Amino acid sequence: MSSLRITGGTIYDPANGIDGDVGDIWIVDGRVVEAPAEPDASADRTLDATGLVVMPGGIDMHCHIAGPKVNTARKMIPDEKRTAEPVRRTRLTRSGSGGSVPSTFATGYLYAGLGYTTAFDAAVPPLGARHAHEELEDTPVIDKGFYVLMGNNHYVMKQLAAGEPGRLKAYIAWLLQSTKGYAAKLVNPGGVEVWKGGGGNVSGIDDTVAHFDVTPRQIIRGVASTVQELGLPHPVHIHCNNLGLPGNHSTTMETMKSLEGHRGHLTHIQFHSYDGDPDDQSTFGSRVPELSAYVNSHENLTVDVGQVMFANTTSMTGDGPLGYYLHQVTGRKWFSGDTEMEAGCGIVPIVYKQKSLVHALQWAIGLEWYLMVDDPWRIAMSTDHPNGGSFLAYPEIISLLMDRERRREVLAGAPAAVSDRCTLKDLDREYSLNEIAIITRAAPARMLGLAHKGHLGPGADGDVTLYSPDDDIQRMFELPRYVVSRGQVIVDDAQIVCDTRGRTHYVEPEYDPDAVDDIQAWFEKTYSIQFRNYPVGDHYLQDPLVVPTS
Amino acid sequence: MSTTEAATETAPGLRVVQDATCTFCGCVCDDMELTVEGDRITKAKNACVLGKAWFFNHHVEERPEALIDGQPAGYDQAMERAAEILLSARFPLTYGLSDTTTEAQRVALAITDWIGGIVDTTTSVCHGPSGIAFQGVGEVTCSLGEVKNRADYLIFWGGNPAESHPRHFTKYSLMPKGEFVPNGRKDRTAVLIDVRKTKSAKAADHFLQVKPRRDFELAWALRALARGVELDPSIEETTGIPLETLEEIMDGMKKAKFGVILFGMGLTMTRGKHLNSEAVLALARDMNEHTRWSAKPMRGHGNVTGADNVVSWSTGYPFGVHLGSGFPRFNPGEFTASDVLARGEADAALIIASDPMSNFSQPARDHLEGIPSVVLDPKLSDTARTASVAFTTSTYGINTGGTVYRMDDVPIPLRPAFDSPYKSDLEILRGIESRIRQRQLAGSLPGPAVSGA
Ligand code: SF4
Ligand SMILES: [Zn+2]
Repeated sequence: MSSLRITGGTIYDPANGIDGDVGDIWIVDGRVVEAPAEPDASADRTLDATGLVVMPGGIDMHCHIAGPKVNTARKMIPDEKRTAEPVRRTRLTRSGSGGSVPSTFATGYLYAGLGYTTAFDAAVPPLGARHAHEELEDTPVIDKGFYVLMGNNHYVMKQLAAGEPGRLKAYIAWLLQSTKGYAAKLVNPGGVEVWKGGGGNVSGIDDTVAHFDVTPRQIIRGVASTVQELGLPHPVHIHCNNLGLPGNHSTTMETMKSLEGHRGHLTHIQFHSYDGDPDDQSTFGSRVPELSAYVNSHENLTVDVGQVMFANTTSMTGDGPLGYYLHQVTGRKWFSGDTEMEAGCGIVPIVYKQKSLVHALQWAIGLEWYLMVDDPWRIAMSTDHPNGGSFLAYPEIISLLMDRERRREVLAGAPAAVSDRCTLKDLDREYSLNEIAIITRAAPARMLGLAHKGHLGPGADGDVTLYSPDDDIQRMFELPRYVVSRGQVIVDDAQIVCDTRGRTHYVEPEYDPDAVDDIQAWFEKTYSIQFRNYPVGDHYLQDPLVVPTS
Repeated sequence: MSTTEAATETAPGLRVVQDATCTFCGCVCDDMELTVEGDRITKAKNACVLGKAWFFNHHVEERPEALIDGQPAGYDQAMERAAEILLSARFPLTYGLSDTTTEAQRVALAITDWIGGIVDTTTSVCHGPSGIAFQGVGEVTCSLGEVKNRADYLIFWGGNPAESHPRHFTKYSLMPKGEFVPNGRKDRTAVLIDVRKTKSAKAADHFLQVKPRRDFELAWALRALARGVELDPSIEETTGIPLETLEEIMDGMKKAKFGVILFGMGLTMTRGKHLNSEAVLALARDMNEHTRWSAKPMRGHGNVTGADNVVSWSTGYPFGVHLGSGFPRFNPGEFTASDVLARGEADAALIIASDPMSNFSQPARDHLEGIPSVVLDPKLSDTARTASVAFTTSTYGINTGGTVYRMDDVPIPLRPAFDSPYKSDLEILRGIESRIRQRQLAGSLPGPAVSGA
């Protein structure tokens, strides 16, 4: 039994209604416990948190950190990596490369250094699940998991077209079990298949996907309701059609409406909130007011932002046609990878510039989202790492949210037209520390259905971040004083002092075993590997955690 | 993973292992049905001639667990000695890695990181140029099942799959019936481009005999035609292929619904090297203005693709990585094994499942022979013969489980056929790593103390 006591800190634990109260936190064997009744109780180790801000460990619910696409991006950008700050080997820790797509070891240490103790990769093709797990095992410290791409899966589309909800339900459960994945992810549902089958894309959610005779709307509704029936901890996670295109707000609105009361999470919503004519970038603008109003009045919806920051980064997506579009727009090198029966992939290096009207608007539109969603419990911080920017930009985003003057300074350096095409300059809202704790920890934990994360009540994982208050908010969040993961001090004054492995989280929804024959028959006809070699074996995960379905 | 998993006992001493995987070439066929009698594989259903030879010729040799300076030694003693050699080196080199599991590759990376060495794989001597080309222009590619299900136009360039990857045609590319090519071969057009008419030519509809060392010019001519640029008929003199033929091919390429270029070392290892790969990758990319096209290198060794992936996720770079400054640096030509050895730089080597003494340049071999080396190999290779410490290992895929990545980056689990008295690469490397770590952590070697934050 090992115990840790964190004394006298100013605690922000919104899930338990604690907003800046001074108190102690006790962690025994990795879990938060009630403070012992005896007044002279002692712990193996005590951290004096007097004057420090104490929050649960940060949770990134949407990032790209492991698997085939991420690793391909690493291989592709030695030019960027060469000048990026590396992560040096220490006595205890492995070395790594940095930049927009850090190596696995670097990813774990950099998240921990930032006070984040949990991160979920948002897009793994099932055939690459084994690869993603191998990388996650080499991603130290943080707890993790991934979402499984299924919006262009042939079996899913075939069951929807055939009106076989039972088979669809069994398949989704079987697929999550086979991949040891955490949630169902839709990426440009139907559109990626159109691209793979000869080029092009869908233009809206009612286009028909040739050969399969289904629409994106059917895929969205079918998977959303199936996920709910299976009782998965996280609702369907949707990357809408038409990402990045001027005028895509109507597709996004239609997608939200199509859920019709089913729960759904709309990811990197910033990239889906644009006004304008798809064929004319100069007509670009914001439609956040009406979209956020819809979210505000529909409790079944949650979002994460996908904030764009001005920097060099790498766009990587399961949205194959989007990759081609970005290649055409930027003229940069382009990777595209189609995975049989399942998914697509696009990677393009990209630079977001403050002086570009479009980029500056994207930045402003992201901030509009943070500032216009009334209930912070329904919006999570993300940059869609590394698509809008690196996760290392979170402290800067926090400072922008807490300081309207800082936003206005950045706006002043952007093209003047930005302010005509969005409402950012009129938004006075400033986030409190409590609200920051919600959108970076408590809300993502709740959206993910992780009862043991995102708070500091008894039973929670002992994941705690301690910050030294600073007038410079960005610096405060960049350099936590201590980071604790499951009761162990991992970071002490910007140094990794303990190297742990972190746990992979996945789900095991039940399914009717009789449904497997049909899956197997289809699989054996179509795939290029053997059916029995598809499921990811238990030995790929060390000390995993199965999160229960309800 | 136990050896008996998925095995059916059919008669006493006779077992059948279903869905086993052949690691002999980059096809990594995972549909082997192996009949095992004791410690021999007697049948390998679904294997090609190369695969059969790989399985049947495998027998456990009577050898000591290890040799230290040529003298028989036990594993423990050899692991101690290996750790000493690697720890006392100032510029150690780790090389090979393409014929072992990703699990073992990961530990080899860890060792190299802890001791601050160079890590390089056989990629640097086979498809390294494709890796560099990829960094220049990107790549439009797909998994082999996409080829099987969709490809109606195939170009094999600079390779002879009929002999080097014998089941590629039948299992993945040319012959199979697929979801969108229901008639299999009938629905596909196949072109072979090579400097000589190999056995693969018989399987193709068109054979284009390119002049030696003119692959780049040919790819560039096709790119021009794809863009609608008019070409001078003298292109025939340059490339050896008449303009009408090129126009006809381009017409077919544009009419295809899903085309794939599969290229081999005949393209990447001739004049132009990575520029050839770049030209072909760019051609496939450009074709996406008309219809869907992909390109894929035809990788050789069983798990060279796994090695690329492990080196990339661990360091951020695919091969030729220097970890001696405390962080990864990449520079092919500077940090690639054959160059490091030929310049006489490395002062110790860890060679895993590879035989550089049989294929590196003379200066590289001379240097390797003169430095302390630790070699892991199931066989007594030329490299193992000259090693300071040579470990006898079991064979991946036959005796040990683990993971192998197919040439299209699809990871596949191994189902071993029978146990070996020898330890696996993974076990030996773990033994070496733990000894290195014990000494490092017990000693007062201070690492640089700054975390990435
Ligand atoms: S094609 Fe390659 S992997 Fe397949 S059986 Fe033959 S040698 Fe083995
Ligand atoms: Zn994303």
